[in-house]
Amino acid sequence: MLHQFFGGVRPVEHKDLTEHRAAVPLPEAPAQVVIPMSMHIGSPCTPTVAEGDEVKVGQLIGRPNGLGAPIHASVSGKVSAVEPRPYGGGGRMLSVVIDNDFQDAPCPERRRQNGVGDLTGAEILSVIKDAGITGMGGAGFPSHEKLSGAVGKVDALIINGAECEPYITSDHRLMLEWGEAVIGGARLLAKAVGAKGAVIAVETNKPDAIENLRSKIGSDGEIRIQPLRARYPQGAEKQLIQALTGRQVPSGKLPVDVNCLVCNVATTAAVWEAVTEGKALTRRRVTVTGEALAQPMNVIAPIGTPVSWLIKLAGGFQQEPGRVLLGGPMMGISLYDLDVPIMKSTNCVLCLAPDEVAKHDPAQACIRCGKCVEVCPIKLTPLFMRMNADKRRWSEVEALHVMDCIECGCCSYICPARLPLVQIFRAAKAAIRERAAKARETSLQAEVVEEKVGEEETQ
Amino acid sequence: MKEYADLKLTVASSPHVGSPVGTRALMMDVLVALTPALCMAVFFFGPRALALTAVSVVGCEIFEALYRILLKKPVSGGDLSAAVTGVLLAFVCPVTIPYWTILIGDFFAIVVVKQLFGGLGKNFLNPALAGRAFLALCYLPEMTVWVRPGTKFWLGLTASAADAVSAATPMADLHNGLLPWLGTSGVRLHDMFYGNVGGCMGEVSALALLFGGGYLILRGVIHPRIPTTYLGTVALLAFLFPRVGSAEDWMLAQLLSGGLMLGAFFMATDYVTSPCTPWGEVLFGVGCGLLTVFLRSFGGSAEGVSYAILLMNACVPLLEKYTQPKRYGASRGWQRKARKEGEHHGKG
Repeated sequence: MLHQFFGGVRPVEHKDLTEHRAAVPLPEAPAQVVIPMSMHIGSPCTPTVAEGDEVKVGQLIGRPNGLGAPIHASVSGKVSAVEPRPYGGGGRMLSVVIDNDFQDAPCPERRRQNGVGDLTGAEILSVIKDAGITGMGGAGFPSHEKLSGAVGKVDALIINGAECEPYITSDHRLMLEWGEAVIGGARLLAKAVGAKGAVIAVETNKPDAIENLRSKIGSDGEIRIQPLRARYPQGAEKQLIQALTGRQVPSGKLPVDVNCLVCNVATTAAVWEAVTEGKALTRRRVTVTGEALAQPMNVIAPIGTPVSWLIKLAGGFQQEPGRVLLGGPMMGISLYDLDVPIMKSTNCVLCLAPDEVAKHDPAQACIRCGKCVEVCPIKLTPLFMRMNADKRRWSEVEALHVMDCIECGCCSYICPARLPLVQIFRAAKAAIRERAAKARETSLQAEVVEEKVGEEETQ
Repeated sequence: MKEYADLKLTVASSPHVGSPVGTRALMMDVLVALTPALCMAVFFFGPRALALTAVSVVGCEIFEALYRILLKKPVSGGDLSAAVTGVLLAFVCPVTIPYWTILIGDFFAIVVVKQLFGGLGKNFLNPALAGRAFLALCYLPEMTVWVRPGTKFWLGLTASAADAVSAATPMADLHNGLLPWLGTSGVRLHDMFYGNVGGCMGEVSALALLFGGGYLILRGVIHPRIPTTYLGTVALLAFLFPRVGSAEDWMLAQLLSGGLMLGAFFMATDYVTSPCTPWGEVLFGVGCGLLTVFLRSFGGSAEGVSYAILLMNACVPLLEKYTQPKRYGASRGWQRKARKEGEHHGKG
């Protein structure tokens, strides 16, 4: 390996709970799915169906407004409600609720593309857009937007199979079970953005996945597998770019500004599925795991399946969970309602046992050990940021570049005083944004006043 | 899912897991790392060394608890940081020091230096070293009795300085421009390495302190930046400017004598009073080394480690201010590289 990203930590992986469990289609389909109209970065979609409508698998049910991606029905059945429902993003979101008829009848309008090899880059992009593909590794940025902005500018196309978060094995299973889709998808992506090839980055804690992908890459040298020594947050976009190319994405810039593009392996496989089988993104691999569960497992679940349904299929709780999360333990979102649905970006449902949960304590004293500085992958100084944030000195916190914080959680993880650093920085960011918005408002008002004064003077 | 309705689910900010190593565990590791040096102190100076250390630890913990109870502050109980101060202060005192004197030092270290500035994490001077400086100022005779090491000269628990068979220290020889094995102490190099010399009870054995320091580095409690730059600077200067004898002899004698090993691994690396930035740590180590050599060569007293570290403690905010790490995407090296690559691409 040529480069290394800054900092990082090595939390206990706990991947052994599920890494040898093949991802299976749900043994029992949910009676109802709830599909939120926002599973991506951008504005929510407008529902195209109404209560009482019959829908088929893959049928369009949400049309994007501006930045966004279309949303499709993940089961066939009858729309029983279009209303706000609790969702994993926090709060409620307008959702299409579908009563499953268990037929899985496919939508006849969706069909496979003939002659995959003959598709042009633009055609691939339009298929991706049409299939409603968004980043499936976490953030959920609409893929066609990201890709079309990168056409002709990418010399390093990186397929992200790092999966550095503890517990999660859905990408691992995908690379093991459906390597050809990952590799085929990588070729399609390379063609779509006009890159010469692609690198699939996989951490060495998944040797079987690396071996499987290597056996399938062929000999044209277009696709390369790059094993990486496991360290968190290797799978974060900026860190992966640094680890593979040595380049750093300047603050406020995008990977494409340093000629890089990062796509998650699940996204890549979804592209392959969309192009070769004409399928919209309506299912995904999800790891259902944690010490609190009786039978941790990997499943291929329709988008919109309630978390509670997955927990039930995984044998229910064997002990009361300390926390239930969407995503991994380092960056996942904790749930207060188990009926929220899984989304396009949900790679894991994690039920942590109470003794696995970190006990953060804002009252303890910082001992200035500097471990937070040591592990920060952005090379910030969390202890000084916290010191100023505690005193609400927002300008100082901003000057320490809190806005560059990627909230990976390394500092909170390592802090021997158990200070909730990331939480403090989130609050600081919100306060700084609010202050900036207020400043804009007042300056706008001042401008308006000035203009008026000016008008009056000319009169 | 009715069965889940009664569940109490906690909502909290990520990350949801944490490293098992807390403040207490770190302090415990420091205490473990100090154990070999304590064993050597007991071996060379007798059970009084152990009794003094115990008195100092208990004194520090009691002063800390009393202060916090009297001022109605939450009792920090169990973080063991006061215990570490207690051991370290005992280690930088001679074995003959009266019990009441070391308790005064404990009081100064814990109450004046640490708690009056806000308690754990807020003091700007190393409490143990400040305590020693205070004692050296007020109780100079008690602080400069050097007992001959060895079971023959062991002191009883209630012995005083009057009962001791005193010895010249290698430090004094060096200060007078003599190599210890040619000077009044007559101590050979390997004795200095094992600790078979007169001196402060926890400082004598370089071997034990190297063990302890190595343990701290391997456990990830301290980063090797400060000890290596500190020892490296002293070694280099001693090697370049030997006062007598060969450069190697002078360098080894400087490295193995006085409080340097204890200072480099346990005092200068104190979290609270050393910089938190990597380059700050490097400069801090180099500064400690420079000042140590300077004070040893030109100072009034033979030893300079404790004052060197205290002076550098006071420089920490300044060092941190000017050594803020260059964040991701903003480091100059990378930007230069990016420009070069850009030019390269432009040409291509």
